[in-house]
Amino acid sequence: MCLAIPGKVAEIQIKEGVRTGRVLFGGIARQACLDFVPEAREGDYVLVHVGFAISVVDKEEAERTYALLESMGVLGEELGLNADERRTP
Amino acid sequence: MKYMDEYRDAKIARGIAAEIRRRSTRPWVLMEICGGQTHTLMRYGIDELLGKSVELVHGPGCPVCVTPLEMIDRANALARRPDVTLLSYGDMLRVPGSEMDLFHVKAEGGDVRIVYSPTDAVELARNNPDRHVVFFAIGFETTAPAHAMAVLQAERLGLKNFSLLVSHVLVPPAIRMLLQSSRNRVQGFIAPGHVCTIVGVGEYEELAREFHVPIVVGGFEPVDLLEAIRLLVVQLEEGRTEVENSYSRTVLYGGNRAAQDAVERVFEVTDRKWRGVGEIGSSGLRLQEKYAAFDAERLFGLQDVRAEEPSECISAEVLLGHKKPTDCPAFGTRCTPEKPLGAPMVSTEGACAAYHQYRRHLVTL
Amino acid sequence: MQPITNIDATSLPSEGAIKIEIKESAGFSCPVPLPAGGRVLLGHGSGGKLSAELLNDVFLPALGNPVLDRLEDQAVVSLNGMRLAMSTDSFVVKPLFFKGGDIGSLAVHGTINDLAMGAAKPLWMSVAFILEEGLEMEVLRRVVASMQDAAETAGVQIVTGDTKVVEKGSADGMYINTTGVGLVREGICLSASQAKVGDAIIVSGMLGDHGIAILAEREGLKFETEVRSDSAALYELVKTLLDATHEVRCLRDPTRGGLSSTLNEIAGSSQVGMELDEATIPVREQVRGACEMLGLDPMYVANEGKLVAIVSAVAAEPALAALRSHPLGAEARIIGRVTKEHPRMVVMRTTFGTTRIVDMLAGDQLPRIC
Repeated sequence: MCLAIPGKVAEIQIKEGVRTGRVLFGGIARQACLDFVPEAREGDYVLVHVGFAISVVDKEEAERTYALLESMGVLGEELGLNADERRTP
Repeated sequence: MKYMDEYRDAKIARGIAAEIRRRSTRPWVLMEICGGQTHTLMRYGIDELLGKSVELVHGPGCPVCVTPLEMIDRANALARRPDVTLLSYGDMLRVPGSEMDLFHVKAEGGDVRIVYSPTDAVELARNNPDRHVVFFAIGFETTAPAHAMAVLQAERLGLKNFSLLVSHVLVPPAIRMLLQSSRNRVQGFIAPGHVCTIVGVGEYEELAREFHVPIVVGGFEPVDLLEAIRLLVVQLEEGRTEVENSYSRTVLYGGNRAAQDAVERVFEVTDRKWRGVGEIGSSGLRLQEKYAAFDAERLFGLQDVRAEEPSECISAEVLLGHKKPTDCPAFGTRCTPEKPLGAPMVSTEGACAAYHQYRRHLVTL
Repeated sequence: MQPITNIDATSLPSEGAIKIEIKESAGFSCPVPLPAGGRVLLGHGSGGKLSAELLNDVFLPALGNPVLDRLEDQAVVSLNGMRLAMSTDSFVVKPLFFKGGDIGSLAVHGTINDLAMGAAKPLWMSVAFILEEGLEMEVLRRVVASMQDAAETAGVQIVTGDTKVVEKGSADGMYINTTGVGLVREGICLSASQAKVGDAIIVSGMLGDHGIAILAEREGLKFETEVRSDSAALYELVKTLLDATHEVRCLRDPTRGGLSSTLNEIAGSSQVGMELDEATIPVREQVRGACEMLGLDPMYVANEGKLVAIVSAVAAEPALAALRSHPLGAEARIIGRVTKEHPRMVVMRTTFGTTRIVDMLAGDQLPRIC
């Protein structure tokens, strides 16, 4: 359960005592409460669930793990296992 | 969209799938817990990519589906009151209670509205002091912090016309129940990544240790899920039963402390009924006594609204992974998304609905 | 709109990959009661399966006749050797004013488009207002001015009208009902039942703009977006297409229920299957962002200035070129083919090479939390 999507924090403000961010999701923007991510800064990516940021995306960790995933994609291709092997029952 | 599109890359997905097929020596039975993960698996046809290397069964991770019958009845009762505005997440509106769903209550004149965030609910209560605004607060651990904040905000604003109808459930007790069953076939779990973003990984380590099953914390994009499956297969092939975190770009070992604090301030653990499954001890949350003024059940005396769950229902079998939606004799015929017989067919995250919407053309028995 | 009955799994033909047997298993039942019937729900107006049921269960049995039963977006009747097209529509959009339009321009465009989808040149329309007591006069003036503007631009005359006022609390400010009349182009007959195996499926541009523009202004869901409704009169685009090729089987504008409802209707009506290529479905980034946030699928979001064209395979390229030559079709794409397999079902080939069904929804698509 858990529709949460990553967005970029464009602006941070305090609105009535609540730390609020204007978060961009691919061109649309929505306000999100940043109280759970006090370390979030403008320019960071946060994961937003029902209007609340629940974590800051770790850029380095993302890059590190993604590089490994990419290499699997390349490897798969080299081994010729990427040919369209659709499984139809 | 950054941190999303890259995890839908077809080449990487096919590469990981190929690697899974290469490593797997038998059809390991794996379960993803969260409804959002089920949705992705069905939408991208991951089962098709994996063929016989893995058997995917779907877990009870759809809070909409597991909301007990009597809770829907309580929501309906509230919505029927002329002084109440009932706010809810969209997908709850079509879940049938003992007699009807919230859409039908709306048709009969109930003030039922959809909101995206509990903050919207607080705002609405603030702007409409002559209405009592009840927010139908359902969800797993992921959403509890947001609901807690809504209560704290309402308290700060001194609102007297705002309350929550709480139906929160917790994931680990359900997994424990599943693992304790003698009929359990699941050999590895994909833990729900956004739940773990809040609560961390510790509870899953306990489960892995106690029941000797590998558990991998997984995300929600197809590449994330494939990678989680791959790590599970590798563990199973090597005979390991550890917890790994493949969603480390957002999940920290200790979770989100600030979010956990909010929940601990406002909620406490309680027993909860799961629709189609029955009562699971200490598997839910309720508002603490000191927040009784924001508890719709207490304010409106709803504790006595009860409903009997039907004693035989394949929903339970599907939710616990014993059966597939397509094993149900009513699937696609007497039970469809527009005439759902049970909860997993109602929400788009329910296993039955996901199968029906995306995969029924490949049904063979 | 073509009624689609529930696809009964046991009645699908057993050619190709689809074989279904349901085993009887003792002790399995799902005795959760069905939701109470007997009332009209919002879902009945959504353009999906519930709408189809309403047609089948209530309207057709009472009103059916050879013209109505064809259930195209417009009715074509013959008079003294001429073919006239007639269409009717009601507009209940909330809010009344939105980025890219308002209920007035929407009413004119929607009426024109229903006629245009039947290859009819829109000539005259009627307009009937149902106004809520207390509506500001200024609001009414703005809407009417917008209607006149839209009609004039499209060369359509509003020739008759009516006004009713209802008590405060009804009509959300205002509802508009229209009827349009046009002249069907000679030598051409478009219908949802004419799609043939091998035909190309073309959309005229980006999907989901209108639905998202409206949702962005809805209380409880509000978000910031530059997305404007694509509300537009499509007759000139249709004319450009028909001037270029006559091998057009069917035209439809994917309004409520989105592209997926429209394609399912055509597939059902023509008893053919469809296969779409996910990589070619055109959606602008902002619409995608909004859909991701709310958990919506752009395939089900309303459009008010787009068309779907089913054309013969050989006409695909000329049709595409013709659409692209017009500003309203600049981003047209071929998105799939009509197939023999899985008749009455629309299937999508995902970017991963797997397949999934593109189903018709029961009611409105709901923002989700999971």
